[in-house]
Amino acid sequence: MSGTEPVLEIEHLGKTYGTGSRATHAIGDVGFRVEAGELVCVVGPSGCGKTTLLKCVGGLLRPTTGRVLLRGREVTGPPEEMALVFQEYSRSLMPWTSVRGNVLMPLRHKRLARGERKRLVEEALDAVGLTRFIDHYPWQLSGGMQQRVAIARALAYQPEILLMDEPFASVDAQVRGDLEDLVLRLREQYGVTIVFVTHDIDESVYLSDRIVVLTHSPTEVKEILDVPLPSARDQIATKELPEFAHLRAHVYRLIKRERPADPTEELTTSRSEA
Amino acid sequence: MSPRLYRTLKAGAEIAVPLAILLAWQLWTASAHSPKFPRLSTILVEFRRLWLFSQFGSDVLPSLERIGAGFGIAVAAGVALGIPFGLSSVARRAAMPHIEYWRAIPPPALLPISIVLLHSIGNTQKIAFIAFFCFFPVLLNTIDGVRGIDPTLVETARSYNIPAHERILRIVLPAALPQIAAGMRNSLSLAVIMMVLSEYFSSTNGVGYVLLISKNTFQLAPMWAAIVLIGVLGYALNLLFLLGERRVLAWHRGFRAAAPQ
Repeated sequence: MSGTEPVLEIEHLGKTYGTGSRATHAIGDVGFRVEAGELVCVVGPSGCGKTTLLKCVGGLLRPTTGRVLLRGREVTGPPEEMALVFQEYSRSLMPWTSVRGNVLMPLRHKRLARGERKRLVEEALDAVGLTRFIDHYPWQLSGGMQQRVAIARALAYQPEILLMDEPFASVDAQVRGDLEDLVLRLREQYGVTIVFVTHDIDESVYLSDRIVVLTHSPTEVKEILDVPLPSARDQIATKELPEFAHLRAHVYRLIKRERPADPTEELTTSRSEA
Repeated sequence: MSPRLYRTLKAGAEIAVPLAILLAWQLWTASAHSPKFPRLSTILVEFRRLWLFSQFGSDVLPSLERIGAGFGIAVAAGVALGIPFGLSSVARRAAMPHIEYWRAIPPPALLPISIVLLHSIGNTQKIAFIAFFCFFPVLLNTIDGVRGIDPTLVETARSYNIPAHERILRIVLPAALPQIAAGMRNSLSLAVIMMVLSEYFSSTNGVGYVLLISKNTFQLAPMWAAIVLIGVLGYALNLLFLLGERRVLAWHRGFRAAAPQ
């Protein structure tokens, strides 16, 4: 994991909405690197602009300052090498077409043989365990299953980098554990690099190779820490390890030391204690 | 009450109420002996004589053709223009005053000019007239439907680099379809009104024409038969449309039923 070329570099990224005295500095100055094959979690207090950051990385938003480099080339629009999984699965899936149709949607315009498209769709749905539901409509499935469809759609697109924006924030705890393990398994299977945004500290420690902890808005990087837990993670065994508890407590303190989210303060304070 | 009995009762009421109204009408017209209100049985005999099927080909079919063509053109144009207007706020800003202006004009006010402009009282003029007024509900509903697309879905499409034509055809259009269908249903009932109006004003055939001629020659039974036919046509067209909509938009009913809110 070390010594390899960074696949993704975020350099002094800032995002400001509006201008002059009414400007809102959502992101101040954020920078970090992601190496090929890594799973990096981005954690921060709620309202710190995590989603904005991820949309800038994914080319959906243009940063006001700084830049995002994908293998050394600046990202100016959504790159073919990235796929984004949104938090709101029920709103990112198309209700008028089947699970198959949804996963197929981003592949239609890719130069692929007809049989290849079908294979990619079926393989991705098999990987997330939804083969039986391929001809169902998304709204006939549970929330967790719908998010699996969204993940399958992202995988079938064959991205190098998977961006995930609090993907499991709206599913219940048990399903959440299953989906976290699914992400770890898929990462092995597809060899994909993952940038995973979450506000859940346990989730970030459990999944990550590295964690990027953010401050309140205007957001900066508070700390970047390695997660030296054994790479085979297990919901029970890993979370029992003393290292897990230490890391969890450490990240917790970093975020807790940030002042509680106050919407008026978020806009005005330049920086909390550093 | 068992649900099955409840359903039977509801279906029974749906059939029994109109039958009771027809029966009351027949009894009243039979006892009233008013020339203005011929007996229901007389009207039905006249209905059968005229429409099943001696004048079906000469008058009903032309009317249906006009409705079909006018409605079809209106839907095609309304969707084709509604999508760009829905997507672009600049285009919308430029178009809205014109849409509101022409929509505000009562159809009869444009009937004379449609004849002058098109040099015709034939099919072209009638189809154009029907299409013009059926166009607006489809257009406005398409604009609203396109504007109402979930931003998450739009961002998803953008993040996957879906090309514009595919985005419009496979995402924008289906997402707006429930609302487009609501506009189409509105337009369909307008089409029947516009058909009668255009044939009433100047025509040589059609259901509206028969209605007008019967009135002018004091033939009240054929007049009533024409009125009954127009009602039946409107009802049947709406029913047909709903059946089609139920099939095409089955996903929408399921989706709404499954939605958490």
